[in-house]
Amino acid sequence: MIRESQVWKSIFRHPMPQDRRNRIVVMLTNFFLHLHPVSVKKQGIALSYTWCMGGVTFFLFLVETVTGVLLMFYYRPTLEWAYNDILSLRDVTSLGILRELHRWGAHAMVITVWLHMYRVFLTGSYKPPREFNWVVGVILLLLTLLLSFTGYLLPWDQLAIWAITVGSNMARATPVLGHEGPGQQLLNLQGIDMITNASDARFALLGERFVGEGTLNRFYILHCIAIPLAVSLLLAIHFWRVRKDGGISGPL
Amino acid sequence: MHGSSTDISGFLGGYYLFLAAMNAVMAFHVWHNRHRVGEAIFWIVVFFGLMAAAASSLGHSPPGLPEGLRNAVNYATGPVIYSVGTTALLVLAFVLRKFLVQPRVAWILLNVSLVLMGLSMVDPNFAAIVTKPDNVPIVGLVFLLGFFTWLATAQAVKNDERLKQGLEPLEKLDNEKVLVWPDLVYTELICMVALTAFLLIWAISLQAPLEEPASRVKTPNPSKAPWYFLGLQEMLVYYDPWMAGVVLPSLVLVGLAAIPFLDFNKKGNGYYTIDERKFSYLIFQFGFLEMWVTLIILGTFFRGPNWNIFGPFEFWDPHKVLALNNVDLSQYFWIYGMGEALPKAPPGSSLVWEILYILKREWLGIALLIGYFVALPPLMAVTVFRSFFVKMGFVRFMLMANLLLFMAALPLKMVLRWVWNLKYIVSIPEYFLNF
Repeated sequence: MIRESQVWKSIFRHPMPQDRRNRIVVMLTNFFLHLHPVSVKKQGIALSYTWCMGGVTFFLFLVETVTGVLLMFYYRPTLEWAYNDILSLRDVTSLGILRELHRWGAHAMVITVWLHMYRVFLTGSYKPPREFNWVVGVILLLLTLLLSFTGYLLPWDQLAIWAITVGSNMARATPVLGHEGPGQQLLNLQGIDMITNASDARFALLGERFVGEGTLNRFYILHCIAIPLAVSLLLAIHFWRVRKDGGISGPL
Repeated sequence: MHGSSTDISGFLGGYYLFLAAMNAVMAFHVWHNRHRVGEAIFWIVVFFGLMAAAASSLGHSPPGLPEGLRNAVNYATGPVIYSVGTTALLVLAFVLRKFLVQPRVAWILLNVSLVLMGLSMVDPNFAAIVTKPDNVPIVGLVFLLGFFTWLATAQAVKNDERLKQGLEPLEKLDNEKVLVWPDLVYTELICMVALTAFLLIWAISLQAPLEEPASRVKTPNPSKAPWYFLGLQEMLVYYDPWMAGVVLPSLVLVGLAAIPFLDFNKKGNGYYTIDERKFSYLIFQFGFLEMWVTLIILGTFFRGPNWNIFGPFEFWDPHKVLALNNVDLSQYFWIYGMGEALPKAPPGSSLVWEILYILKREWLGIALLIGYFVALPPLMAVTVFRSFFVKMGFVRFMLMANLLLFMAALPLKMVLRWVWNLKYIVSIPEYFLNF
């Protein structure tokens, strides 16, 4: 009945993919499936070969996006509310495992990115013609770490601010651009230092001289908007290049 | 699993039951599919041993390691033992890889490591660190890395054996093509469902950490960066922040991105192999397993208050005092070697004189660094790495040589620190320039 309706047919142009023709057609006419080719080498999708880690990483990214959006409904990135919102998220909100899913998903994503790269290295899959996609992957690794790092601050507890303090203190020592970095004296205008603790790389990162409300705001925006957008763009390129550079890896 | 150590015996009971079940499945597998009765009996014995451990855990007296052994481990834990030990283990694993990849051996090693983990969990100090919610993923990472390294090595060993006989790698045998629907789409679906279930169970059984509200006046001791950055924090012991926090991490990324352009070896593209690409394999594994992962483990589980090293069963005593008297190379040269004070520009001298005096004070370190980073690469090009230089050309070779030297500088500096308490090779605190 439903499958015969005009609505169903307007969404799915073809019958169920139960014969060879429709199994091919479904890959070409479905937006989500068309990321895939129609057919692949059997060996290329063997689990012992791929470990499925790239796919798992992408799935975790989706999990993080969905749980992240839901968490944003409950969370206000201000000194007054940040910690309290996390507290009530744990104690008051129903389905209180939202933050757990998000945090453990994030840890898992860092690990699966590493394992994905480990597999790509060990199978030599970065070699020509896939050099560029490996570089895109390295940038995605950096962005994954930065996503996790910026998210670490948001609960605004002791664990958060001190981890971010330790992590961002290093920016103080950026050569030339950190106020305690080598070559910091180079940038001065008629005897006035251009690089001080209120104008150096660390200040740009934190928005303040220490980890405070400005930092919370900056990290919140980086975590929820800026970095996810960059990741999405690079993911698209990453997937597209997998297809363009000879498909799923395997012996030449 | 979270909470006080009182409910650890319940957790351990379940843990041993799980291990026992694992071995029961294994016993059934070798008996039913492989027809190896003797081996099946062995795993049944292991099964009963684990059941006994589970029973006594559920009876609130889980088996643990003897105190003498724990004290000995604590006593032996130190930076030298840890680093030399992990390196030696990795080298040994590499040399013995053909033996270790046998499923039987791997299964024994897995059992031993899981049982050791269980026995250690009884120790409250060990349990306190390992069950910290944010540390749980690292325990997972260790076992996952062990498993996947085994999986990759097993396939590489098989392929290397075949390649030696002039056969194609296993990955090349099966050239059959399959349709993505259903073969790949269903694998993806099953993965997603399994992963969702796994995440849900993890999220329900382990609460995300939430400590006291942030306070800028109360500094926790130790203050740690997020776990994936602990390797960088560990480097802070040996390098100034501008190196450990800025230059070296950037070089790690640059070096990773440069791999496909530096590795001129055409072989080993798309299949597991070690013998066909030993050089790049060893460099990568050294960088990843030794310089990245073991430093994270060190930073997470062994670095306690004041960033001192603690044994795995040792109480994190914030008052533990370690005599540390680190000396710069220039101090070694001028004060201990020449018996003079460090050269210092007379007060009121001009900038040029000050810099000249600094150069005089640090000349030895500067000469060593120039020798290391400038003179060594050409020397490598005409000796050990001659064939590399010929194939790579000047620019690519210099990039590779410098990246390798930067990577090697970390263990070198570690050794210099432990053996001679050497702090900086070049120390110019006037300009925040210490190396």
